Amino acid sequence: MRRVVLTVFSVIFIYPFVIQIANAFKTDPDSAANPLSPIPDPATLSAFERVFLGTDMPVWLANSLLVTVVVTLGRVLLDSMAGYALARLRFRGRRGLFVAVIAVMAVPGVVLFIPKFLVLNQLGMYDSYLALILPLIADATGVFVMKQFFESVPRSVEEAARIDGAGTFRVFWSVVLPMSRPALITLTILSFQGSWNEFPHTLVAVQDPALFTLPRGLADLVSGSLGGGTQFPLKLGAALLATIPVAIIFVVFQRYFVRDPNQGAEKG
Amino acid sequence: MRSRTRENLAGWLFVAPVVVILGLFLLLPILMALWVSLTGWNGQGSPFRGGVPFVGGENYARLFTEDGLARENFMTSIRNNIYYVAAVVPLQTGLALFLALVVNKRRAFFRTAFYFPSVTSSVAISVVFLFIFANSGAVNQLLAFAGVDGPQWFSDARGVIHLLLGDPPAALTEHGLLGLTWWEWLAGPSVAMCAIIVLVVWTTSGTFMLMFLAALQNIPRTLDEAAMIDGATRSQRFWRVTLPLLKPTMFLVLTLGLIGTWQVFDQIYVMSQGDPAKTTLTPAFLSYRTAFRDFDYGAGTAISFVLFLIIVLLTLFQRWVMRERKP
Repeated sequence: MRRVVLTVFSVIFIYPFVIQIANAFKTDPDSAANPLSPIPDPATLSAFERVFLGTDMPVWLANSLLVTVVVTLGRVLLDSMAGYALARLRFRGRRGLFVAVIAVMAVPGVVLFIPKFLVLNQLGMYDSYLALILPLIADATGVFVMKQFFESVPRSVEEAARIDGAGTFRVFWSVVLPMSRPALITLTILSFQGSWNEFPHTLVAVQDPALFTLPRGLADLVSGSLGGGTQFPLKLGAALLATIPVAIIFVVFQRYFVRDPNQGAEKG
Repeated sequence: MRSRTRENLAGWLFVAPVVVILGLFLLLPILMALWVSLTGWNGQGSPFRGGVPFVGGENYARLFTEDGLARENFMTSIRNNIYYVAAVVPLQTGLALFLALVVNKRRAFFRTAFYFPSVTSSVAISVVFLFIFANSGAVNQLLAFAGVDGPQWFSDARGVIHLLLGDPPAALTEHGLLGLTWWEWLAGPSVAMCAIIVLVVWTTSGTFMLMFLAALQNIPRTLDEAAMIDGATRSQRFWRVTLPLLKPTMFLVLTLGLIGTWQVFDQIYVMSQGDPAKTTLTPAFLSYRTAFRDFDYGAGTAISFVLFLIIVLLTLFQRWVMRERKP
């Protein structure tokens, strides 16, 4: 009985992806007539040809890659620096700052659309790579995750390095960070996934199609022709390209998605 | 003394980049938006110039007390979102708990399969579901196998409660509240909204399943065994042993759901843009549309702040109750 339930639900959760992949390789008439069939008849790459030659897909891919890489590197460095300071360094205002980080985590992104646009506009950054990247380059959740992690690491190693005369940044960079691999990997994956999938921020940061990331380009491609069942293989192919990188990361680093970053290095 | 100063300096240097970014793109924007919500700025030039008309609470009044299109749209979006929350939160919580119970102690494959939709791009998944719910798409073909004539999902504005009730009684259409008639308030989620509800429940259940799984794995097996020795049946063990122990997680999942469902945006943008007949309009999408399509930034920001208030109240409620639980 349990086996039947599991099978049914696996189909419900997996089959939409099967439909997505299969229909991206179908011809338009075939996908319109047999949307449920997992086998393209005939199989064709024409949807992908049209995606790459007929849309700005190459631009979207390049922009997405650039934004994702810079944002991920930025978050990993800046969030772990701030997390380390909040966990270890005794500086004035630390407690208040931590409360502020917790408060910021509760601010819902959707209410910030217009406010973020106002700031970008006022600073003269609207419609630039800077606008796409800078507001995303640090996030409160990442700071929180790293602070929790650093608090779980024993102090002894750092203290030994300190006695040897290493400065704060030196200790952080060459002693603490190398010990923090599991937490850094978790943060890298979360940042990668978050910034690759990020959509609403691009709506309020840029309007020049040359600055569109993949989710923005895809949304543009689809919402332009609402209701009409036209060219679904092309749209599904483009959606597939947006799904693949995160899918690969997910499969390779599966346990980091699920795991609690507090657990430290010894488990795993 | 010197080392004290140095540690102060080092601490602030370490947090400085994050403080600057969050201050510049989170705190400052909120303050600026608070100002804009009190003006009639139309997007031309800077909202802080002298020429921008200051209107005080007018933008908020248009949402609540003045009869007109602004209030009608806003109240419609609130109605839509209430039905959306009422459908999504119980469904995703129930499904997540159910999946956690069947997956518990099973091979990781199922966990992966159920969780995967949660990590993929919301825009990409919305495109897939547009295809699945297309007029002659997968869902309608499946319904046809069962002999049901499926609706034209994304152009069907009929509310499901209206469909159940049939013709409106005159008493409900003649009177109303806040710009909508009682009959309009009672519409229920439209058929189009139902498709979006299915998509969201399907994508988010996996995340909440993981939370239930973590909680299930913390329940000592001995408790269950003790109940078994005492002769408790399977359903008794679930209702009397497992479920009470899951109460904190249940509360967390329910409140996270309540907070999250008020923020639905991506799916609406890609799948329906608030159509058909405004039945998938939500406050988040309405604020975006009011500002960036109608160039009524004052009203758009005012909607954002009302939504902000709703979400902050829900968050404070959650944190207050969770604090009570801690020893």
